[in-house]
Amino acid sequence: MLRDEIKKNTKKFFKNPTAVLGLFLLVFFIIIALFAPLIAPPKDPNNPYRIPIATWSLEPKPPSPEHPFGVIGQRDIFYGVIWGTRTAFRIGLIVAGISAIIGIIMGSLSGYFGGWIDEVLMRITDIFMSLPFLVAAMVLTTVLGKGLDKVMIAMIVFGWMGTARLIRGNILQVKEEQYVLAAKALGVRDSLIILKHVIPNTIFPVIVQVSMRMGSLVITAAALSFLGLGAEPGYADWGTLLSYSRNWLTQFDKAWFSIVYPGVAMVLFVLAWNLVGDALRDIFDPRLRG
Amino acid sequence: MIAYIIRRLLLLPLILFGVTILIFGMLELLGPEKLVSAYIRGPEAEKVAGATQKIIEKYGLDKPLPVKYERWLGNVLKGDLGWSLVGKQPVLSAILSRFPYTLELALWAIIPVVFVGIWLGIISAVHHNKFLDHFLRVFAIIGWSFPDFVFGLFMILIFYTQLGWFPPGYLSFDMERVVTSSQFVNYTKMVTIDSILNLRFDVFLDALRHLIAPVITLAYLWWAYILRITRSSMLEVLRKEYIRTARAKGLSEDVVINKHARRNALIPVATVSGQMIIALLAGTVIIESVFNRPGLGRFVAMAATQLDYMSIIGGALFYSILLVLGNLIVDVSYALIDPRIRLQ
Repeated sequence: MLRDEIKKNTKKFFKNPTAVLGLFLLVFFIIIALFAPLIAPPKDPNNPYRIPIATWSLEPKPPSPEHPFGVIGQRDIFYGVIWGTRTAFRIGLIVAGISAIIGIIMGSLSGYFGGWIDEVLMRITDIFMSLPFLVAAMVLTTVLGKGLDKVMIAMIVFGWMGTARLIRGNILQVKEEQYVLAAKALGVRDSLIILKHVIPNTIFPVIVQVSMRMGSLVITAAALSFLGLGAEPGYADWGTLLSYSRNWLTQFDKAWFSIVYPGVAMVLFVLAWNLVGDALRDIFDPRLRG
Repeated sequence: MIAYIIRRLLLLPLILFGVTILIFGMLELLGPEKLVSAYIRGPEAEKVAGATQKIIEKYGLDKPLPVKYERWLGNVLKGDLGWSLVGKQPVLSAILSRFPYTLELALWAIIPVVFVGIWLGIISAVHHNKFLDHFLRVFAIIGWSFPDFVFGLFMILIFYTQLGWFPPGYLSFDMERVVTSSQFVNYTKMVTIDSILNLRFDVFLDALRHLIAPVITLAYLWWAYILRITRSSMLEVLRKEYIRTARAKGLSEDVVINKHARRNALIPVATVSGQMIIALLAGTVIIESVFNRPGLGRFVAMAATQLDYMSIIGGALFYSILLVLGNLIVDVSYALIDPRIRLQ
């Protein structure tokens, strides 16, 4: 039965053209990330995320056969975009993954035990949600001392609440379902109920939520790098590449390539995750189907 | 419903108390040395001998955490948020003097977002699964995926660098001179309003010219969002029995859509609009930096890059109070609008 369900949903996924486009883009980025050492061979294999210095002149250089995306801040943009794909995946997967785990733990404790534990945990959740995400991530990053790892820590610390609320709500809902009440009345153990009924009903919404968050997390990290709080200059990161353009914005012929190439890479990356997440949500949550 | 509102009001001090602990905790993460140096940068302490010792005593920096928190909170409640390096003035007055600029930008952005977003959402729902609907869905999903600051950079590149239409910044040089002159009265410190009150329409048009690009940038992401919510809520309402009844009565499609369907479909949009106003205020952090507009957002971003700890902590406090109060107003007014919530 489960296999039929999967088959049916896979079919549904592939019938949706935007979902297929999203999946195609995602596969494209995964290939770029995996084959980065072949597409843009690093000069120093021990430190591939450092974009090699391409020129000693500070002037940006438009695209040329040698530097297909041009040069800005003395760095080759093509190299930065290719290796930046890995950085984007790393930021997204680590932050979304860890904050989802924290959220699942908090949400399950809250939903399962209820009572005062629920009250306390949910008020803590409220408190963490009382700061706008970008501001909170910015302040914590600054206090911790800048850098990409600090950005990731800050985004995890302020990123688990959505999942916690989702899981808690779903658990409360499942607890009330007739079949769960029936299973309880029959004397089925709690652990079995959780395994058979609660987890399948709650884990898919979390997967959808994680894929929908991937894009926005990468945007926030890039925004912090753009402001100069994230990755250090010369690190292969899309936000850092974009930040170089700030000094040249008044001259179109000196700036366009440093915005267009990393910018388009970011838009497509976020678009890929949003399309896939949107399609997954349509499949798992029929209420939202329009 | 009254019980709900009372519960929310009772929780408010608790949440605000929690927020101050959270923010104090972040301040403590700095460690004692950075903390002392953050406090000591004020003008009165700059050149006095033994100032460090006085600062440590005044703020209780060598005391245990609860004492430190109590002193810090006491200062915060008195409005003493420390000295801002970036603003070269006390943090609180730095924040308050910059907030009107940010509020102005956010208010201008709300107008197109709500009207255009709802309009597009209704069009999308009425043309369900036709070409226009698919086109608007693509428009929405691209908007939802566009990082706001990248969109802003594109806007500058096209509409300023290439075409020269919408310059970044706040006002052009001449107009800035007018605004700072003694004849110009600053009633609200929001230049688009003040210029009308001063009957200086040239200033108003100039301010508008500087507003268009950041407003479109802020709006695009939220157009997409409001469009989606309006569309799905409208589709849901259009399937309801009373819509069928209205059509069966022979009412024109215009009346059905505009009178019967739209009013009910807009309830979820109202809640989202509340959250959106708060998100717009926070979103200005990056937009003001991209477009080089003076305001709270750019101030906090500059404070962060220049390690002006007192300013960013003060900024975080200010934003969180805005958010908590904003959410409270949204939730309570939502309970008043929607009878289904009222009954629960």
